[in-house]
Amino acid sequence: MSVNDYEMVCGVEVHAELATKTKIFCSCTTEFGGEQNTHVCPVCSGLPGVLPVLNREVVNLAIKAGLALNCEIADYSKFDRKNYYYPDLPKNYQTSQFDLPICKAGWLEIMVDEEKKRIGITRAHMEEDAGKLVHSGETITSSMESFVDYNRTGVPLLEIVSEPDMRSIPEVIAYLEQLVEILEYTEVSDCKLEQGSVRFDVNVSIRPKGSSEFGIRSEIKNLNSYSSVRRCLEYEIERQAKILDEGERVIQETRTWDEGKGITLSLRSKEEAHDYRYFPEPDLVPLVIDREWVERISQTLPELPVARRARFQSLGLSEYDAKVLTDSKDLADFFDQALIEYKDAKVLANWVMGDFSRILNAQQCAVGDSPITPLQLAELLKLIEKGTISGKIAKSVIEDMYTTGKDAGTIIKEKGLAQISDEGALSGIIDGVLAANPQSVEDYRAGKERALGFLVGQIMKATKGQANPGKVNQLLKGKLS
Amino acid sequence: MKISREEVEYVAMLARLELTAQETEDYTGNLNSILEYAGILEKLDTSEVLPTAHAVPLHNVMREDVVKSSMDAAKVLANAPDVENGFFKVPKIV
Repeated sequence: MSVNDYEMVCGVEVHAELATKTKIFCSCTTEFGGEQNTHVCPVCSGLPGVLPVLNREVVNLAIKAGLALNCEIADYSKFDRKNYYYPDLPKNYQTSQFDLPICKAGWLEIMVDEEKKRIGITRAHMEEDAGKLVHSGETITSSMESFVDYNRTGVPLLEIVSEPDMRSIPEVIAYLEQLVEILEYTEVSDCKLEQGSVRFDVNVSIRPKGSSEFGIRSEIKNLNSYSSVRRCLEYEIERQAKILDEGERVIQETRTWDEGKGITLSLRSKEEAHDYRYFPEPDLVPLVIDREWVERISQTLPELPVARRARFQSLGLSEYDAKVLTDSKDLADFFDQALIEYKDAKVLANWVMGDFSRILNAQQCAVGDSPITPLQLAELLKLIEKGTISGKIAKSVIEDMYTTGKDAGTIIKEKGLAQISDEGALSGIIDGVLAANPQSVEDYRAGKERALGFLVGQIMKATKGQANPGKVNQLLKGKLS
Repeated sequence: MKISREEVEYVAMLARLELTAQETEDYTGNLNSILEYAGILEKLDTSEVLPTAHAVPLHNVMREDVVKSSMDAAKVLANAPDVENGFFKVPKIV
């Protein structure tokens, strides 16, 4: 059978580092990029006799994420020890949550090929991150030794587990993008994929199309970009299809993705036994979460991307424009702030996505660092609306606003760019142009419409583009009739 | 409840313990007598007792999210069997 005769079944686990200042059970900083083993204390390095104390902010952020992902928030939740040996885990167990996770039974809605689909979220639980391993060889399997940095050990994670609801690679990518967007919008995680603050584990199996039974799955751990997820799934589906075509069985196992070679490799060893012997963490007391606490967090939830897109569309923006504006929270915030002062959403959107974004991209400037404030952009657009400057002049004014940080009004005054709308002044200029171009005047009167365009051009040239185009047309037609 | 030799070997493997045949034999006996002793608890009538997830009658013990200084890196590495360039150095993993 060809790959196309199989259907994939995929579920994902997403590990997101929570945006706290300190680790989950101790007061070490969570800051990324410190010298190795400098953000470590007796608690996170697992020295004997220490006691962990839960960071309140971790619980707040977990509740917030749970609410944004339509989850039920538990009344009663606790931590458990997950026991396994691995050098990135100094305690030889990971403090995690087993049977009473803080969030469960949520969902996300994705859109693929114009079709909406709901992806179930089984649970989301709090746990501690492990340390970072640097391997001496190119990959973990070819290394003779490894180096351990425990700075990341104890950084709080939220593990979000989906149902095996995805049936295609585009569905998986849409789910991941949607999820990351929500975590970023709610400021639950900084979502810096390149720093590994969000990591993906995919569970994938295939089955003949039309079959309702699940195949045997493999789990590929620690992917940190959408492109790795896509390539890894493409490879894995083909690998499994080949095994099934040869009449063999897929082995249920954990595999690693080799980014350079573009293949997955087995991480199996006789030492590995998935028997985590979970038991309740005796050093941490349970959590009792009353509804007031949940309500308090719910008040801090921002408008989520899907709702924001819908609102932008209700203001008259196209689906495409609404999507572009909400792809980045900062850009959408900028738009919303400018909208308070300038009410024409369509015109505003064109400027935000057009000239404003173009200048920022050209200067590689983030929206948050823009020298042009939302208020300043709104003021510029109001000046166009009032007829003080034309849209064309405004395009050069916004460039100056970026470089100088000055208001549009100041730049217009300083450079004398204000549009000439005064009828008396314009009338004189028009008379001069008409006198200098008798042939065009004659042509127009003879019915050649194009001659009018030429005359308008001459008038704009005479005024360095500052003549009010509407007024020019009106006056010119009056004089020629 | 009866624990078998195989289970003792399995638990030893999970705990990275290398046991001699004699030790396996001894632990099987010891563990069984411990389990047997704990088995007395099963005779209690707990039908009226709610399941408990934690023995300490406390909940919601938390700290504020405020950074405090970490340990000196030299101290962190002091007990490491092998160190290189500020990292713990460990043998081949898989």
